[in-house]
Amino acid sequence: MPDPMRIRANALADGVDVRVLMSHEMETGQRKDGSGNIVPAHFISNVTVSHSGKVVLSAEWGPAISKNPYLQFKFHGGSKGDEVTVTWVDNKGETRTDKAVIG
Amino acid sequence: MPPRVIAVRSRALAAMAVALFASVASAQNSNSTMDEIARYRQMLQEGNPAELLIARGEELWKTPRGPNNASLEKCDLGLGPGVIKGAYARLPRYFADADQVLDFEGRLVYCMVTLQGFARADVVKSPFSGTGQRQTDIESITTYVVDQSRGMKIDVPQEHPKEKAAFERGRYLFYMRGGPYDFACSTCHGADNQRIRLQDLPNFEETEAARLAFAQWPAYRVSQGALRTMQWRINDCFRQQRFPEPVFVSQATIDLITFLGVRANGGTMDSPSIKR
Repeated sequence: MPDPMRIRANALADGVDVRVLMSHEMETGQRKDGSGNIVPAHFISNVTVSHSGKVVLSAEWGPAISKNPYLQFKFHGGSKGDEVTVTWVDNKGETRTDKAVIG
Repeated sequence: MPPRVIAVRSRALAAMAVALFASVASAQNSNSTMDEIARYRQMLQEGNPAELLIARGEELWKTPRGPNNASLEKCDLGLGPGVIKGAYARLPRYFADADQVLDFEGRLVYCMVTLQGFARADVVKSPFSGTGQRQTDIESITTYVVDQSRGMKIDVPQEHPKEKAAFERGRYLFYMRGGPYDFACSTCHGADNQRIRLQDLPNFEETEAARLAFAQWPAYRVSQGALRTMQWRINDCFRQQRFPEPVFVSQATIDLITFLGVRANGGTMDSPSIKR
């Protein structure tokens, strides 16, 4: 089971500000280890954020995203006390879902 | 309406920052290089991946483990058994039960051995994670404990005779020249306006610089994708001086950290921080 994300969501005047810190190696697949072998690619390929059953952010990521990605965005239509759900899926099919309450 | 993605930390950002450095790097522009580095750190401050380790460290502290199936919650870091808040800011210090001055990582090893029953050889074998490896237990627990000293005044004690002796030995080591380059710590850290490649080197003879340096380690090193502890910092300095590798939590490393800590007294802990 991959490590949990840290999610902070705050209701501001112009929308809900969501900040997510994900724990992931984000291996590009281009790096070589000490013996000269390619370290296999292992990175988050999809991120989905939903609120009240609706998808508010959908992202397709690739090797350009750094290790332990930090994502910040705003969406409209959320209120304090609502739940925001963040899910990531990586290229190996591993996945992690975490929720946070909008503060 | 689709949301605006404001910021995703990415290699592109790092590449942009490097381009920024390259464009301003020149002898006369050292100030603007420093400013850009400070701005880069500011941009990264929010999403410090060290925060991911804090929860893991807390779990390791509280979970019963080892042959004694005990947690670390009775470990005395100097403020009483199990008291973590503010403890890191007051280390290294003398511990009567160990009859030794210990820094945090040294004390952690002591507690893992005496409370949890781990074999010391196993605990100190690979304290630092390698590239692409999961962060070690020691790194995780250190992150958790140092976070509990955030914002607190650095107050490394100098009351017990062994604490004073550790400071003196640490000072001697700081100025001792050796190794194939005849370097001492002071070679890089004993004068103003020095840098190694594009990294400014703080002059530890200046109190403010000493405080900042001590306050900001442990730190998440973006270039390594890992949290690095103070013991790692000393180890890496020895490597850069081409000194022999110091033994993890050896007296020499603890003495040096004592020296640096006492020089930093009065500063404010700001760890885990994030660095290049």
